Amino acid sequence: MMLTTTILFYVFSAILLVSALLVITARNPVYSALYLVLAFFNAAALFLLLGAEFLGLILILVYVGAVMVLFLFVVMMLDINLERLKEGFLRYLPLGLAIAIVGVLEMVAVFWTAPIGRVPAPGPIPANADNTRALGELLYTHYLYPFEIAAVILLVAIIAAIALTLRRRPDTKSQAVGKQVAVAVRERLRMVDLRGPKP
Amino acid sequence: MLGHYLPVLIFLLIALVVGIVPLILGSKLGPNRPDSEKLSPYECGFEAFEDARVKFDVRYYLVAILFILFDLEIAFLFPWAVVFDSVGMTGFLAMMVFLAILVVGFIYEWKKGALEWE
Repeated sequence: MMLTTTILFYVFSAILLVSALLVITARNPVYSALYLVLAFFNAAALFLLLGAEFLGLILILVYVGAVMVLFLFVVMMLDINLERLKEGFLRYLPLGLAIAIVGVLEMVAVFWTAPIGRVPAPGPIPANADNTRALGELLYTHYLYPFEIAAVILLVAIIAAIALTLRRRPDTKSQAVGKQVAVAVRERLRMVDLRGPKP
Repeated sequence: MLGHYLPVLIFLLIALVVGIVPLILGSKLGPNRPDSEKLSPYECGFEAFEDARVKFDVRYYLVAILFILFDLEIAFLFPWAVVFDSVGMTGFLAMMVFLAILVVGFIYEWKKGALEWE
């Protein structure tokens, strides 16, 4: 059992790393997005191997099901002209390198100060441990305030998305079923006297 | 507990085999005599009208992002339902406040007409 999970861990990690590398090296942005989907699936598998079922399945539901669809929308909404994208490569290279160096330095600082190797290994997980239950018991009691803040952030996101992208299209033709049903006879039909004067 | 996921793993392996083996068999066993006409893109027989990469209306993006936001809201409901018996009234009221804040957003999007598709 232990050996199986170890082998599975290495398999999923290897696929995860390869697909993460392909995300940044693929030439077509749509392929990059699909490799990112593969990376998310393998990360979810790693979560499952750790016993974090809820996080793994939420990763698939939210990231693969929703966020990546949005990424694909954005990629397809932009006009993908690779020649034009590569145009400013050399001009933006110093800025990009500077940001990369800052990121690497920050990661080094984190690893330098992190107590990796000094923390005792966690004890064995009890057989009836339930990750979802543990998460919920912390989230709705101890982290109640951040939980409500999350609601406010979601509300801000709803309003911002509507404010940024809602466009009325008054020029389009559409059918208003309510108006059709509510129409009265006299608005549509006019009786005309055709008898005319008697000769 | 991981044993519960064994069927999923078997399913994954079978899906991989079903997905990959026919491709390999087709490329190995089938005749392969390409020419420039066979490899050129076609659209039901006539010349292709335009590039496949057409721009989407931005309204699809709005629908997608609203879906993500309410998807996340639902994600918070799952652990709440699991621990409902132990978090008591505090947890119940917390979730009601959470839902009330998001219902404000829902009313806003409804009244604003973001769900209308004219």
